[in-house]
Amino acid sequence: MKKLILALLLVATPALADGPIIVHLKNHKFTPSVIKVKANQPSMITLFNDDDTADEFDSSALKVEKVVGGHSKGNIRLRALAPGKYPFMGEFHAATAQGVVIAE
Amino acid sequence: MISALIIVFREVIEAGLIVGIVLAATAGVPARSRWVAIGVAAGILGACLVAAFAGELANLFEGSGQEFFNASILLLAVCMLTWHNVWMASHGREMARELKAAGHQVKTGERTLTALAIVVGVAVLREGSEVVLFLYGIAAQGGTSATAMVVGGGLGLVAGALVSALMYFGLLTIPAGKLFQVTSGLITLLAAGMAAQAIVFLQNGGWLLYFTGTVWDTSWLLSEGSIAGKLLHTLVGYSEAPNGAQLIAYVATIAVILVLMRMVNRRHQAARVKHA
Repeated sequence: MKKLILALLLVATPALADGPIIVHLKNHKFTPSVIKVKANQPSMITLFNDDDTADEFDSSALKVEKVVGGHSKGNIRLRALAPGKYPFMGEFHAATAQGVVIAE
Repeated sequence: MISALIIVFREVIEAGLIVGIVLAATAGVPARSRWVAIGVAAGILGACLVAAFAGELANLFEGSGQEFFNASILLLAVCMLTWHNVWMASHGREMARELKAAGHQVKTGERTLTALAIVVGVAVLREGSEVVLFLYGIAAQGGTSATAMVVGGGLGLVAGALVSALMYFGLLTIPAGKLFQVTSGLITLLAAGMAAQAIVFLQNGGWLLYFTGTVWDTSWLLSEGSIAGKLLHTLVGYSEAPNGAQLIAYVATIAVILVLMRMVNRRHQAARVKHA
């Protein structure tokens, strides 16, 4: 198991061309709610949850499920995306917490 | 209220279907209810712990602790499901035949029950921690809407449990001779789906970034976000746009389980011929 963990850690994360994209969640709404990324290259979203309670950044299109606690942040890695629209939501407050990643 | 109902329903049903399959796979094994109950209880306890320490967990491994944790417990469940299927391939038939034989048989039966209790625990923990966080958030906000949400959550729990029970009783209508084949098939697909999901978590954590290109896209046909899509995702690992590594993990898991099952089955039959 230890070897496995080590092996996994050794597979280095490729550096990102640009810094992370900052997104805030406040009053259960994403700002910005439309996030543009370059197509065909990995990118990273740093989500700051400014609300008191946790939410889950959820997107089947992006294959991401990530819980971010209240007043904390979470890094969401996006793989290289083909050009297109990838909707996401805050699963615990889906009525208001909606957004879309546009790869172009 | 409706949103609470839907979220809780979805999470309960995802864990409930796995519990239903485990219960059907162990139909007739003594003491299985106790083990499944232990699995559920441990899962709920674990869910509360994971929810309580969500922040600490997330901060591990340079912010990828959550992904690492999810991948680890999924892979643990895959191993346990594999073990169960392989064990059943060598002992299952006799067990079904000599169900009432006491002592030794019962004890060996309990060994695979431990594995399945772990699977149940993992399923309840994963879905449960989301329910705990969600309900805690509502409770923390307070007010009159909180009551409605808790009622909605309760209804979601009941509805999810009902659907899971329906599936369990549906499986039980399969004749006893065929039930073993059906449940081991279901468990194989369940394990393959979990292995593929574990790969996605590893990729999201920044590890194993090989073959990440999408192989096909059936989101136009069935979205993974829909209830039917989610259920198929839980049961057989449906993915609307699988990438290469996901597919490799899926196919490799099925292959390994089938080969191991065939191997122990053959060895067991050879041993039996020698004894006769």
